[in-house]
Amino acid sequence: MNAVLALPRSRPRVFIASTAVLWFAAYLALAPLADALVGMLPVARGSRLFDTIRFFLYDTPKVLLLLTGVVMVMGMVNSYFTPERTRVMLAGRAEGVGNVMAALLGIVTPFCSCSAVPLFIGFVQAGVPLGITFSFLISAPMVNEVALTLLFGLFGFKVAALYLGLGLSVAIVAGWVIGRVRMEAYLEDWVQQMPRAHATVGEDSLTLADRLEAGFASVHEIVGKVWPYVMVGIAVGAAIHGYVPEAFMARLMGRDAWWSVPLSVLIGVPMYSNAAGIIPIVEALLSKGAALGTVLAFMMSVIALSLPEMIILRKVLKPRLIATFVAVVASGILIVGYVFNAVL
Amino acid sequence: MSNVKVLGIGCANCKATAKLIETVAREKGVPLTLEKVEDMKDIMTYGILSTPGVVIDGKVVHAGGIPARAKVESWFN
Repeated sequence: MNAVLALPRSRPRVFIASTAVLWFAAYLALAPLADALVGMLPVARGSRLFDTIRFFLYDTPKVLLLLTGVVMVMGMVNSYFTPERTRVMLAGRAEGVGNVMAALLGIVTPFCSCSAVPLFIGFVQAGVPLGITFSFLISAPMVNEVALTLLFGLFGFKVAALYLGLGLSVAIVAGWVIGRVRMEAYLEDWVQQMPRAHATVGEDSLTLADRLEAGFASVHEIVGKVWPYVMVGIAVGAAIHGYVPEAFMARLMGRDAWWSVPLSVLIGVPMYSNAAGIIPIVEALLSKGAALGTVLAFMMSVIALSLPEMIILRKVLKPRLIATFVAVVASGILIVGYVFNAVL
Repeated sequence: MSNVKVLGIGCANCKATAKLIETVAREKGVPLTLEKVEDMKDIMTYGILSTPGVVIDGKVVHAGGIPARAKVESWFN
């Protein structure tokens, strides 16, 4: 037993290979297992209740398993992309390419919204252009592994891929626009007066075993925090699955209601939630017939923009720059919502 | 006596970090003065990119996330 527990430290490669095999085996066993379990219940096959229970018994372990796997891998990937290293890669970049790089790095760099300000100042101090800094700051909370995994697990590959593509587009274009309008003068004075820093990367002497440990730590932290939301989300989905008429939300938030996209963004901007917390609402809206573009626009505006974040950013940005930031990002999300609704 | 500073704008992780350091120091019987640095300008003079940060006797020993218990223990050996 002790030898097994010590495996991640003593033989990290063996541990990774064997857990990967176990993980896939478990994933493949989910559907037959859910069928067997629901078959044992005294519920008529094919009834609404049967469908609802099966949906819950299959989707809950599926999403939690996916989430654990992805968060584990991303925890290890994150250990390569520290904020310090990202800063070195972005310092002095030209606009355009720099915005694309910043948005992509936003996916793999570990980020917590309470670190937004030190990160912002650190980037600007090291000569990362303002627009590129914003591309990173928009992408990092919005396009992340938790959001993508949950969308993939609950709504399929297409929705996750669209969210990834359009989320990155918003971050790249909004950052680029903010860079073009030259708003450096609207940083708070004390930020402008800070001495320029030279971006450096410290020694990185992490072993594979250390990175595995980082993966465990992020599973503990992220999955430990997120699982209740996932359960509620799936329970909502399971309940609606069998009972509520599908067109319930169609008139209010369907494709034909043109005003529903701006209204969703308007409601979503001041709200604050992480990607997991919003999932139950997304699940409920989508399965009642709300249009995909409208719902994803709502999800993006809740995650990317929020009142608490504005209050924190106010310490480093003058009101005019905050207003520009909100206006540009909200417009981007608005366009995304309409594009989604038009294309699908 | 070590002087420990926890850098952070008062988020949940920052509070948990300060508490963890206090607990570990008490267990090990290490006397220390713990100071919370919550003003953004002061935090930025330490050049960290993510919070919470931990500074011991003027040297940054940690930045970003709650430090592992083992790491905190190693500071007081």
